Amino acid sequence: MLTESQLDPKTAVYRQIVPAGEWWSHVVRQGQILRIVDLEGNQAADTLFYDAHDPANRYSASDTIRRQGALYLTTGTVLYSTEGNPLLTIVADTCGRHDTLGGACSRESNTMRYAHEKEYMHACRDSFIRGAQEAPCECGCGFGDDFGKRDITCNINFFMNVPVTPEGGLTFEDGVSGPGRYVELRAERDILALISNCPQLNNPCNAYNPTPIEVIIWDHPTDSAT
Amino acid sequence: MSSSRATRRDTFLKTILDTMKTTQPIYSRVLTHAGMWSGVISRGKTLRLTDLEGGANVGMLLYNADVPVERYNMPDTLKGQHIFRLRHPYCIHSDMGRLLASITADTVGWHDAACGCSDARLVEEKYGHHPYQTHRNDFYRNGRDCFLIELAKWGLGKRDLVPNINFFSKVTADDAGRLTFVPGNSKPDDYIDLRMELNTLVVLNTCPHPLDPDPEYHPRKVRLEVFPASGPVPADDPCRLSRPENERAMTNTENYIRLRY
Repeated sequence: MLTESQLDPKTAVYRQIVPAGEWWSHVVRQGQILRIVDLEGNQAADTLFYDAHDPANRYSASDTIRRQGALYLTTGTVLYSTEGNPLLTIVADTCGRHDTLGGACSRESNTMRYAHEKEYMHACRDSFIRGAQEAPCECGCGFGDDFGKRDITCNINFFMNVPVTPEGGLTFEDGVSGPGRYVELRAERDILALISNCPQLNNPCNAYNPTPIEVIIWDHPTDSAT
Repeated sequence: MSSSRATRRDTFLKTILDTMKTTQPIYSRVLTHAGMWSGVISRGKTLRLTDLEGGANVGMLLYNADVPVERYNMPDTLKGQHIFRLRHPYCIHSDMGRLLASITADTVGWHDAACGCSDARLVEEKYGHHPYQTHRNDFYRNGRDCFLIELAKWGLGKRDLVPNINFFSKVTADDAGRLTFVPGNSKPDDYIDLRMELNTLVVLNTCPHPLDPDPEYHPRKVRLEVFPASGPVPADDPCRLSRPENERAMTNTENYIRLRY
């Protein structure tokens, strides 16, 4: 569902451009609003969320899907954790549909999906691994060197279009996103967000041209929203 | 007896013995109630799951038993094969570009990979409070607890929980992505065969599917059987050839085995 936000980036407390192929991690406090902007359109922002105080309590694609009885994420979707907690709620969305079945690319899965010779190409899982290893530790709760591949679960692909057919087929299609489209999420508890801005060049998820995204965070949106 | 007759007889006997070898399970048991099970099944052996009553659900997670940080990956399994439903002749992919298992036989044709498992809250809200104290071993278990209990026996835990497969259950999606559970997908004695492509830790339970609208908590009896290994996967194996992605994943798996053993 297409819904616009009333928040003005001029009032944001944090703004960061994330180039394609880079990772970004940040703690988003309960009540803060996180906006992810597809600056040039047709980009895939591979995203993982964790309870900032308990990394084992993390985004769960299947819990989110079964609780809303639907595959795609959009305004109103509550992102649930493996412990059954709401992590974030999508409060605005000018794209209309986001994927959580397609997961991340990896150098290994690229050899399976495209060709063994594609193994050298940069992939989201490498970014996720390094991002996880460098994730900000909130409270000595376990983030750190041990936080890594084991914690990289099935992620969200903001702005990515992976339609499922009634007959049980699944395809990757050119994005439904465009320049400047965004998704906005309210943190329902303190969250560690980890994004890999996807470098994939082998399928249309990035329109074969990976581009930057911007992440914007606001405090207390009730003060500035109309 | 001529030597050619003796050869024919020997060949015949070998065929019989091979047939017995491939048809007699080396392990068999029936899960009742909301049962749970875990075990390592080595490369080449086949796990058969049989829905004895019809309407069963088998939630399953799979790991490389040697290096369990390599595990079943729902997205790679689905996008790698361009499928939303699992069935023969498709494969179950790990997150390392390799195969954990191949679906070598399947009388059902649609198995769910998207909807995950129930948890304690879902089971209580849907079916009511049925604790052990009052219901003894007819108490209501949930998929998440079953997974965590069995995972712990292999040194694994909450960080190893990922979206699971639901064998025998069919869930369809419409154009808007809205999901519908389709009752009656699996009939009595329907079965699925999983040939292990790695030494695979299989963790499973028979808790009802989380979207099953049946108001009655009704896990079905499921038989597990393991059959001996049948040798290397042939070049014309239907699972290997089902998609070019599976051919490449099979090669990745064979290279891994060649280097490791």
